[in-house]
Amino acid sequence: MAEPLLAIDRLDVFHGDFQALYGVEAEIAAGEMVAVIGANGAGKTTLLSALAGLLPRPAAAIRWQGSPIGALRADRVARLGIALVPEGRLLFPSLTIEENLIIGGRMGRRGPWGLEAVYRLFPILRERRAFAPAQLSGGQQQMAAIGRALMANPALILIDEISLGLAPVVVRQLYEVLPAIVGEGMAAIVVEQDTSRALSVSRRFYCLQEGRVALAGASGSVTREAIGRAYFGV
Amino acid sequence: MEWVNAVLQGTLLGGLYALFAAGLSLIFGVMRLVNIAHGDLIVLAAYLALSITAGFGLHPLLALLLVVPAMGLLGYALQRGLINFTMGGDILPPLLVTFGLSVIIQNGLLMGYTADPQKLQAGALETASLTLLGLTAGVLPLLTFALAVAVIGALQWMFYRTAMGRAFRATSDRQDVALLMGLNRAHVFGLAMALSLAVTAIAGVLLGIRTGFDPAGGGARLIFGFEAVIIGGLGNLWGTLAGGVILGIAQAIGGQIHPGLQILAGHLVFLAVLAVRPRGLFPKMEG
Repeated sequence: MAEPLLAIDRLDVFHGDFQALYGVEAEIAAGEMVAVIGANGAGKTTLLSALAGLLPRPAAAIRWQGSPIGALRADRVARLGIALVPEGRLLFPSLTIEENLIIGGRMGRRGPWGLEAVYRLFPILRERRAFAPAQLSGGQQQMAAIGRALMANPALILIDEISLGLAPVVVRQLYEVLPAIVGEGMAAIVVEQDTSRALSVSRRFYCLQEGRVALAGASGSVTREAIGRAYFGV
Repeated sequence: MEWVNAVLQGTLLGGLYALFAAGLSLIFGVMRLVNIAHGDLIVLAAYLALSITAGFGLHPLLALLLVVPAMGLLGYALQRGLINFTMGGDILPPLLVTFGLSVIIQNGLLMGYTADPQKLQAGALETASLTLLGLTAGVLPLLTFALAVAVIGALQWMFYRTAMGRAFRATSDRQDVALLMGLNRAHVFGLAMALSLAVTAIAGVLLGIRTGFDPAGGGARLIFGFEAVIIGGLGNLWGTLAGGVILGIAQAIGGQIHPGLQILAGHLVFLAVLAVRPRGLFPKMEG
């Protein structure tokens, strides 16, 4: 089998003295959409932060196209083509929406995404481009955060809690555009608490429970009961 | 009329204080660093200009062509080679390290140049003046003020219209997320310090022409710079110019009342602003 885009091998991650992830194993192929599900505190956000290089992790535990990247700083990881849409959006408050998008594209990686393409995907952002992030609704901010990550033309996009705190209608809109994003050949890891939604858009899934992978498999064939057991550990 | 004249002279002096302050304001804005050595770096720039003017026979203003890039390089090296290692969650280590730097610069200058006061010789520029409507202003103070406006305008433009400015603001907003944009924090901080010391170079040369300097003179420049920043409001460059002008006018009026009051009047106005508007007169609006 060909080398996966990203391979995670026995990944332990600590927050200070507290161990948040235990020997996590996972992988994702180029252009694939994978969901990471699990209850609050299961370690989903920790996993994405570690992949993006924001948390200390073992050097050899994460391989990108075969090379270990666990020792790289977050800005180096970003340059490889791994973009994170962080939980809570975390736009730059003193930059306008357009500036937030432009800074996302500053690394100059080639690809289909640019200001025009992001504005076509989310037309409301074009209207609000001169606004400060705080003047936008939560859903519009999430669009800007996704747009900012897309501007980097990443090979892998990590999306954390895409639907957290958003109105259902906005969540539906965002999920409608996800296939279009992955359709451009980009791989995606989507972290989500809404299990059924996550399973419906992804090809495969990993279910985390208290820092360990409790269940993994194809999203289409898993039963509700199996998910329930892996989710709650009962 | 002499009061109007005092206000005019104070305003022009404020330009110099704004130049002292602009570099401080910039690095505080980008990386929340309080650089205690800032005043000594101004004096160091003046000595550098002194050596260049003496060595090559250049006019001090022409020496700026060398002093500005030299101080910029020094700033980048200082940040990447020393100060970055102290930057983290705690504000105390960088404060202590820049305090140590201040002591080192003062004593280094003392060894290299002795304690004798020095002055940069600028020829006719030092005494030339313009008279308009019965008011007389020196060409040098006018030039200083114009340079201050130009420098602050340029910094403002850089901050809000260029990729480097976006990187500065993004890093200032959220350091972690800025990393995700591929921004190397150590490099961004280095650039901010380079820019800060490039402005310091201009301030040092103008100071050297105007009043002269000695190795121990950094502290007063640091205080004036701080006061201008605080009066104007943190994070607002035009506010810093206004702060410098207010400080300059306060000193000029104080000096008009009694020569011994000059410096004290500036500090009193600073304290009054701090008491009434702790965030300064024109604080940056939170977006």
